[in-house]
Amino acid sequence: MKLGELSPCEFVNVESEFAAMSVAIGASAAGARAYTATASQGLLFMVEAVYNAAGLGLPIVMTVANRAIGAPINIWNDHSDAMSQRDSGWIQLYAETNQEALDLHIQAFRLAEELSTPVMVCMDGFILTHAYEEVEMPAQADVDAFLPAFEPRQVLDPDEPVTIGAMVGPEAFTEVKILQHYKQMLALDRIPEIAADFQRAFGRDSGGLVRPYRTEDAETIVVALGSVLGTIEEAVDELREEGVRIGALALTSFRPFPLDAVRAALEHATNVVVLEKALAVGIGGIVTSNVRLALSGLPIHGSTVIAGLGGRPITQRSLRDLFLRAHAGELESLSFLDADWGLVERELQRMSQMQRSGPHAENILRDVGAVAHKAV
Amino acid sequence: MEKPFAITLDVGSSLANKTGSWRDERPVYVHRLPPCNDACPAGENIQGWLYEAEAGNYEAAWRVLVRDNPMPAVMGRVCYHPCETACNRTHLDEAVGINAVERFLGDEAIKQGWRVEPEAEPSGKRVLVVGAGPSGLSAAYHLALRGHAVTIREAGPMTGGMMRFGIPRYRLPREVLDAEIRRILDLGVELELESKVENIETAMREGGFDAAFLAVGAHLGKRAYIPAGEAAHILDAVSLLRSMEGEERPLLGRRVVVYGGGNTAIDAARTAKRLGAEEAIIVYRRTRAQMPAHEFEVEEAEDEGVLMRWLSTIKQADEGRLVLEKMELDETGFPQPTGETEELEADSVVLALGQEADLSLLEGVEGLVVEDGVVQVGPDMQTGHRGIFAGGDMVPAERTVTVAIGHGKLAAKNIDGWLRGVPWEHPPRPDVVTFDQLNVWYYADADRTVAPQLDAVRRTSTFDEVQLGLDETNALFEARRCLSCGNCFGCDNCYGVCPDNAVMKVDEADGYKFDLDYCKGCGICAKECPCGAIIMEPEQI
Amino acid sequence: MSAPDKTRIRFYQTGSFAVGGRLLDPEQRSVQAEGERTNAITCGHRACQGCGEALGARYALDAAVRAAQGRVIAANATGCLEVFSTPYPETSWQIPWVHSLFGNAPAVATGIAAALKAKGREDVRVIGQGGDGGTVDIGFGCLSGMFERGDDVLYLCYDNEGYMNTGVQRSGATPPAARTATTQAVGAEPGNVFGQGKSAPLIAMAHEIPYVATATVAELRDLEQKVEAAMELHGPRYIHVFVPCPLGWGSASSDTIRLARLAKETGIFPVFEARDGVVSGVSKIRRRLPVEEYLRPQRRFAHLFGDPGRPDVVARIQAGADRNIARFGLLEDEGEGR
Repeated sequence: MKLGELSPCEFVNVESEFAAMSVAIGASAAGARAYTATASQGLLFMVEAVYNAAGLGLPIVMTVANRAIGAPINIWNDHSDAMSQRDSGWIQLYAETNQEALDLHIQAFRLAEELSTPVMVCMDGFILTHAYEEVEMPAQADVDAFLPAFEPRQVLDPDEPVTIGAMVGPEAFTEVKILQHYKQMLALDRIPEIAADFQRAFGRDSGGLVRPYRTEDAETIVVALGSVLGTIEEAVDELREEGVRIGALALTSFRPFPLDAVRAALEHATNVVVLEKALAVGIGGIVTSNVRLALSGLPIHGSTVIAGLGGRPITQRSLRDLFLRAHAGELESLSFLDADWGLVERELQRMSQMQRSGPHAENILRDVGAVAHKAV
Repeated sequence: MEKPFAITLDVGSSLANKTGSWRDERPVYVHRLPPCNDACPAGENIQGWLYEAEAGNYEAAWRVLVRDNPMPAVMGRVCYHPCETACNRTHLDEAVGINAVERFLGDEAIKQGWRVEPEAEPSGKRVLVVGAGPSGLSAAYHLALRGHAVTIREAGPMTGGMMRFGIPRYRLPREVLDAEIRRILDLGVELELESKVENIETAMREGGFDAAFLAVGAHLGKRAYIPAGEAAHILDAVSLLRSMEGEERPLLGRRVVVYGGGNTAIDAARTAKRLGAEEAIIVYRRTRAQMPAHEFEVEEAEDEGVLMRWLSTIKQADEGRLVLEKMELDETGFPQPTGETEELEADSVVLALGQEADLSLLEGVEGLVVEDGVVQVGPDMQTGHRGIFAGGDMVPAERTVTVAIGHGKLAAKNIDGWLRGVPWEHPPRPDVVTFDQLNVWYYADADRTVAPQLDAVRRTSTFDEVQLGLDETNALFEARRCLSCGNCFGCDNCYGVCPDNAVMKVDEADGYKFDLDYCKGCGICAKECPCGAIIMEPEQI
Repeated sequence: MSAPDKTRIRFYQTGSFAVGGRLLDPEQRSVQAEGERTNAITCGHRACQGCGEALGARYALDAAVRAAQGRVIAANATGCLEVFSTPYPETSWQIPWVHSLFGNAPAVATGIAAALKAKGREDVRVIGQGGDGGTVDIGFGCLSGMFERGDDVLYLCYDNEGYMNTGVQRSGATPPAARTATTQAVGAEPGNVFGQGKSAPLIAMAHEIPYVATATVAELRDLEQKVEAAMELHGPRYIHVFVPCPLGWGSASSDTIRLARLAKETGIFPVFEARDGVVSGVSKIRRRLPVEEYLRPQRRFAHLFGDPGRPDVVARIQAGADRNIARFGLLEDEGEGR
C-alpha cells in the first residue's frame, strides 16, 4: 500500500479491534469497500461494533482467524470466537483450506455488497493462518470481472444527504430484524450461485453452502467446519476402504444455516456425528443444535463431539476410533475427544474438599507437571 | 437511492414532529415604552427615530421625529432632555446623547431642505392660533398636517416667542429658528404679525374660526419689591433677553447681579458676560441644590466665570451697590432671614424671578377659568369654553419649549378630534421598560461621544453657539448606543439562540416571527433578548 | 486573506455579543444570523426545552458547513444528541450523518475520512461528535487513537457534564459537588467528589494535535470562529463545547445561555484555544463574578446553599475557578472592553 501498488486504498493502523471495526463501519458508510481481520479476544473486543455493522447493513468483509477465548488465556485454534458471533447478523463462511480461504474472500465481497450485509470469512488459526501452502492467486483483472465495483446501497454523501443509524423503537425494530433475517435467507440462494459463478470464472470449486463427502450411501455422517474436514476425510477414506459406510459433510456456510441442504445431505443416514471446535458451556454443542433443527422429525441418532479446544490436536487415530464407535451406535450424545478425565476428576475432588481450591487452570497444569513446576 | 428500512432516513424528516405541542408558555414580540419616550414632554418617539438614525437613514429618522416635533434643530439645542435623565443606559455607562443626535438630524434637515406636506385633505375648518411661540407653532403645524386652515396671530413683530426673546443666540442661532419656523409656515399656515387679539370671542366670530388655540405665553417679568435708590439700575431678565433681539445692545455695566435661580437667571448671567460684564453674579435665596435651573446649565455658566451667591436676598439697591441679607435654611428647608447683611458692588440688577401671562384677551369668556395667573385646561388642553384650547406657558405646567411643543401637538390632536366630531383618544400606554428588563450583557461597551464644546473663553466673548453639533460619524455612533429599550432592533439574537430553530427571520422590515409549530416555550429568546422586546405568555390550554 | 475578526465588533449597539444585527455587513454577521443558514439540525427534534446541546450542535455544525461550502459528513456517538435527533421515522439532520455506537464516533469518523481519501474526495470534511460521556469516558480510547494517528477529523464534544439522556448519571466530566443520580448529595462530601474527572481538552493538547479549543453556547461568535479556524486546518482537531442541560442541572430552561455565560465569567469553564499543544489564546473574562452566581441557579448544587449550606465546598469550587483564572490568564490586563 505504501508503495502505491494497492491503489486507491487507505490502510489505518488502529489502537484496538473495536476501533478497527468502527473505522470499517465509517469507511463502508462513506461508500468504500472496507475490510478488517481479527481473532479470538480481539473479535470479542469488537463485538459491539460487529453487531452494529450488521444492524446498519454495511457490507464489510472480515477475516476471523479462529482461536480460543480465555480465560484461561490461550492463543491456539478453536471456533469459540466465531461461534460467539453466530447471531451477530454476519454471514459466516468457513474455509477448509488456504486456497478456499482466498477464494471465499473474493466471493464474500460479492455476496456482502449484493446483499448489503457483512460477511465473516472464518479460517482456522495457526492450522491455516500459519501454514505455508501454495495457492493460486487470481489475476486482478479476473477478480474485477467477477466482483463489480462497489455500489453502496446507502452512502454518506453531501450531494444526497441521509441519516444512517437512526434510533428505532418497538414500532419498527422487529421489522428491521426480519429484514436482516430475510437478507440471510436470500444468501442461501446466492451463496451457491456465486460459488458456481466463481467456478466458471476461476475453475475452482470453492464455497457454497455445504460440501458432502462420500455421503451417498453413508449410514454414518460426520458434520464439521473448517480445516478439520481434511483429517476427517482421510479417516473416512480409510474406513471406507474397510467397508464402513461413512461420509462427511462440510458446513461452509454456518450463517445463514442451510437447513434444507443439511437435511438433504443427512436424511438417509442412521448416525450423525457433529464434531465441534467450540463448547456451549451449559449445554454442549452449538452446531449440533442447528443440525438437529435441520433433521427434526427424522429417526437419526445424533451425537456431539467437542474436539480441538484451545488447539488440542485432532488426530486421525482418535477420529477413526470415534467414528467406529459412532458407526456402532455406541457414542454418547456429548463427548470430548481425547479428554483426560483423570485430571478433571482430581480437580473436582479438590473442589469438593475445600472452598479455596484455587484456579482450575493452574491446578491442572500443576497436576500434569507442566510449565509452572518445571520452572521452579 | 433506495435506503435500508428504518435505520436510514431522509434528512430533515423531523419537521413532521410538531414540538409546539410541548409548550405551556409562548414567546410574544412586544413593543414596550422606552423610558426616553415616556419622559419626552413633546411625546417624541425617540427610540423610533434613533432606530432609523443608527442605520444612517437620517431622513427617515427625521421624518419619525417630526411626526411629533416640528422643530428638532431648535429642540436639539434648547431642550433640557429629560429623555437622557430617564435613559436606561445611565445604569450601564452614560445616557445616550439623544439631544445631540436630535440636533444633528434637525440641522441635517435644514441643510438638505427636507420638507413635510399635509397628510390629510383640506377639512374646510378654520383654526385661530394666538401666539407664534413654540406652542402655537407646534399646534399650527399639527393642525395643518391634518388638513385644517390655520391662522396665527402674533402680537409682536416676530415669530418664535420665548425661543427668540427668551433664549440667547449663543444657545439658539436665529437662522436655525427661522428655518424651522419657515418650514411650518410653508405648510400653508397664515401668519399675521403685530396683530394682537384683544378679545378671543370677537376674533373668532369675526374671522369665522371653528376653534382656537391660545398660546400667548408668559412675557411679563415678575417684579419683587426691592427698596431702591433712584439711580439704581434694575431691569427684568425677560426684557434683557428680549432686547438682545433689537439693534441696540443694552448697557449693563461692569458688574451685573442677577437675582433668581431658574434657567432664565442663568441665561441672563451668561448674556451679561457676553455683553462685556467683567462679573456676573447670581444671587439666590436658597442653595445650589434647590436651584430650579438645570444642572448642566449651571455648570456651563460656572465654566464661563459666572459667580454664585447662595442663601442671599437683595435687601436694598443703590447706585453701584447692593445690600444683601444672608439666609439660612430652617428645618423644613425653607430659607429664613438671619439679619446679617453684606454689601456687593453692582452696576445693574437683573430680576429673574419668573414671568406672568397677559390674559386680557380672555376677559368675559364664558366657562373659562383662570387660577394663579394661568388658564385651566383639561387633559385635552381644552379650556372651560368649548372650542377654545390653550397651551404653553399660559397653562399650568413646566415652562419649557419642549413642554410647549408637546402642548401644541396634544391640543392639535384634540382640536382635530373636536372639529371632526370624533374625540381623540390617547392610545394605551404600554409599560415603561426598566433596566432590569434588559439583558445588558449584549451591549457593547462604548463611551458617549461627547459633543465637542467651544472653549470657555471664546464662548463667553461671543454669541456663537456654545455646543457644537455631532458630525455624521459621531451622530451615527451615538445613535448606536441606544439600547432600543422594549423594541426590537434586529440583533438576530432570538433567531440565533433558539435551540429549536423556531424563530423565523422574515425580513428587515417585518423582523422575526415565532414558529409556534416547533417552539417548545423554553424562554431562551425572551431571556437573551437584549432589549426586552419578547415576553413569555402562558398558553391557554 | 483572513476572515474579518468577528469576535471584536465595536460601536454597533450589541457589538460582538449578539448573534447578528441589521446594521452589520453580511460578512460581519455570525452564521446563525443568516436567513439561509444550514440548520444542520432542524426543527422537530426531541431535545428538552432549552437544550444547550441542540443549540451548540447547530452552532458548530452550521459553521463547519459554511466553512466547507456545504460538504460535511458527521459521525455521532450515542447520547442525547443522537437520541433526540433521530427517533425513527424522523431525523432532524440535514447533513449526511451516521450514528454507530456510544464509544466509537472518533473511529467511525476516521473510517469516513479514510474512505473519502481513498475516493479522492478532498472537498468533503469529516466531523465526529458526541456528548461528554461518549467522548471523555466511553469513546476515549477511540478519540485518543484518532488523535495520535493524525486522522483528518474535527471532533466536537458537547459537554453537559453527565449522562443526561439515561437519567443524569455522573461522567468523567461531572464537576465537583454536583449531584447526579450516581453522586448523591449526602455525606461529608456531597455530590461528585473533588479530585475526580478529567479535562479532555488538556489531554487532547497532550497529543500535540494541530488544534484544541473550548467554547460555550454563550459566545456564539467565539465558537463559530473556532470552528472556522479548525476547518482551515487538517489532521485531528478537537473543540470542547460547554452546553448547559436544564434537565440534568436542574436549571430553568430559559437559563441555558446565561449559565454558560456565568460558567465562563466566573472562571469555572476556561475558554481558550491551543495550537500544536500550546495555549495560543484565551477568551478573557469580561465581568468577573463569584462562582456562587453560577452555582445558585442550579438544583444540582442546591445542597451547597441550604441551611446551613456548605460555604466550605463553595470556597473549594471558587478556589478551582481562581486556579483556572491564574492558569489561563483569564483576566484582562487592562480594562479594554469589547
